[in-house]
Amino acid sequence: MPQILVEALAKTYRVAERTPGLIGAVRGLVHRQWREVWALADVSFSLEAGELLAFIGPNGAGKSTTIKILSGILRPTSGRVEVDGLVPYEDRIHHVARIGVVFGQRSQLWWDLPVIDGFDLLADIYRVEPARYRRRRDELVAMLRLEPLLDQPVRQLSLGQRMRAEFAAALLHDPTILFLDEPTIGLDAPSKLAVREFVRRLNREQGVTVLLTTHDMHDVEALAERVIVIGHGRLLVDGPFASLRAGVLAERRLYIDFVGPAPMLDIDGVTIKAREGRSLELTFNPGRLPAPKLIAAITSSHAVDDIHVEEPAIEEVIARLYELHDAHEA
Amino acid sequence: MIVNALALYARYVAASLRAQAQYPASTLMLTAGHCAATAIEILAVYALFARFGPVGGWSFGEAALFYALVNIMFSVADLLTRGFEVFGTEFVRTGAFDRLLLRPRAAALQLAGHEVRLSRLGRLLQGSLVLILSTRLVPIAWDVSTIVTAIWAVAGGVALFAGILVLQATLAFWTVESLEVANVISYGGVQAAQYPLNIYAAWFRRLLTFAVPLACVAYYPVLAVLKRPDPLGAPDWLLPLTPAAGFIFLALAFLAWRAGMARYASSGS
Repeated sequence: MPQILVEALAKTYRVAERTPGLIGAVRGLVHRQWREVWALADVSFSLEAGELLAFIGPNGAGKSTTIKILSGILRPTSGRVEVDGLVPYEDRIHHVARIGVVFGQRSQLWWDLPVIDGFDLLADIYRVEPARYRRRRDELVAMLRLEPLLDQPVRQLSLGQRMRAEFAAALLHDPTILFLDEPTIGLDAPSKLAVREFVRRLNREQGVTVLLTTHDMHDVEALAERVIVIGHGRLLVDGPFASLRAGVLAERRLYIDFVGPAPMLDIDGVTIKAREGRSLELTFNPGRLPAPKLIAAITSSHAVDDIHVEEPAIEEVIARLYELHDAHEA
Repeated sequence: MIVNALALYARYVAASLRAQAQYPASTLMLTAGHCAATAIEILAVYALFARFGPVGGWSFGEAALFYALVNIMFSVADLLTRGFEVFGTEFVRTGAFDRLLLRPRAAALQLAGHEVRLSRLGRLLQGSLVLILSTRLVPIAWDVSTIVTAIWAVAGGVALFAGILVLQATLAFWTVESLEVANVISYGGVQAAQYPLNIYAAWFRRLLTFAVPLACVAYYPVLAVLKRPDPLGAPDWLLPLTPAAGFIFLALAFLAWRAGMARYASSGS
C-alpha cells in the first residue's frame, strides 16, 4: 500500500469572463459568463514511504494545485487522493497534523515574534507534548544551526535564515511526509546548498517522505531519484531522474563568440541553432560528445573570444516533452 | 476540546501582546487616540441633549447608558475577532488563509486569535467611563437580576457584533476583498444602537429588531435594567430574554462561514 495515492486527479476552476469597460462591468454583476479552466486534467501517481519525488514543470502547470489538494486545502473536481489512509480534503484537521509543508514564497512564522516564540506557539497549535517538543526542537535547531537566530524577530532574518527557520517550523510536530513548494526560490547559492543538504538528511536519515516542486534543475539533480514532469495539467514523465537526464535533459547549448566572422562548422553530433555576425549557438549531447572535447575541437582551429555552455531552460525541456508526448499520442 | 481551544486562544493573545510590545510607543498612542476619537462621540450626544432637552422621553443619562453598553459590546467583539475583520485583505487576497488551513485547528479559532489589538482597549475604557457616568446620572436599582441582565446583554451584544464581523469575513470568500459595505452594519450599527429604539421610524425599528437585532442586545435589556415598560408595547417578561438574539445571529453567521469554507475548498483564492 503506497503512502500517497493519486488517481485520475482533475481540477477545474471557474473563471468569470469580463467584458471590458463600464458596461461590461455592470453586465458582469447581473449576468456572469463563466469559463472552465483546467488546472489538472488527469494525474495519477503513487509514492511509497521514504521516497523523495520532485515535481517539475513551468508556471501554471498544476504543481501548486496538486500540492494544495494533497495537503487538504483544495478539493479536486474529480479523482481520488489518499495519504496515509486519509482523504486530505475530507479530513483536513487529522491529515494536516501528520504532514509538514514549506512554501518558498509564504511564511509560516509570525513576523513580529522572535523565532523561538513562533516555535512555542506551533507546538501548542499541533498539541506536541512538551518534553517531545523540546527534544525535537533542539534537534532541528542543531541540524539547521538556528541557535543564534532564536531570539530575533522573524522580520529581521534574511531570506536564507528565514527558510531555515521555516523548515524547523514545519517539522516540529515530527511529520512523516513533507511537501515543499519551491523551497529554494530566491535563495543565494550557499542557502540553496544548505536547504538541499538538510532535505537529503531528513529523507535519508529520518525516512521522511518528501514531495517537492521546483523550477531549479539543480534541486532535482541534488535530491531526487524520481521525477514527475507535469505540464498543462497532465503528467508527461514519471520516472528515474537518471533516464530523464540521459534523454531530454541531455542536450546542452554552446555559445561562442569568434574573433572574426563565425565560421561554418561541421562537427558530427552538433546542430547549429543560430548564427549572427561573430556569434554562434550550437546544441550537442554531452553523452556522445563531451563538452571539453567539443570546445577543444573548435578552439584548435578557430580564434575564439568568449565561450559558455548552458543547460536548456525548464520551459524548453517541457516544450520538448510536449513534442515527444504529442508525437507519441498521434 | 473546548478547554484546549481556549488555552490556545490565550496563547495567541499572549503572542499578540508580545508582538505589540515591540512597538510600545505606537501602541500607547493608538490606544490614547482611539480613546479620544470615541470620546468625541459622547460629547456630540451630550451637545444634542443640552440643546434640545430630553429626546423621545429619554434623558442624557439614559442615552449615555445605551451609548456605554453598545461601545463596550463592540470594543470587546472587535478585540476578539480582528482576524475576521481583515480576512479578505490580509488572508484571502494574499493567500495567507492557506497557511491557517495547513494547521490542525479550526480556521475560525486561528482567525480570532490572529491579532488582539491593545489599542482597541481605548474604546472599551471610554465606554466603561461613560457607563460609570451614566449610572451616576440615572438612578438604577442594582440587584442580582439587573446585574445579571446587564452582563447577559453585553454578552449577547458581543456575540452579535462578532456575528456581523464573521459575516463580513464570509463575504470575502465570494468577493475576495473585504467589503467596506459591511462596515455600514458594524460601525453604523454602533451609531444606531447608541440611541433608544423608539426615536426611530417603524421600518428601521423592525430592521434593528429582526434583521440585525441590535435592539435586542441594547434597547430591550436596558429597559429591563431601568425597570421601565417598553413605550412600544413589548411585554415586560420578554425584555431580559432578548439578548439571546445575539447568539442566534452568531450561530447563523457561522453557518454562512461554513458554506464559505466549502466554497473556498472548491475554488481556492
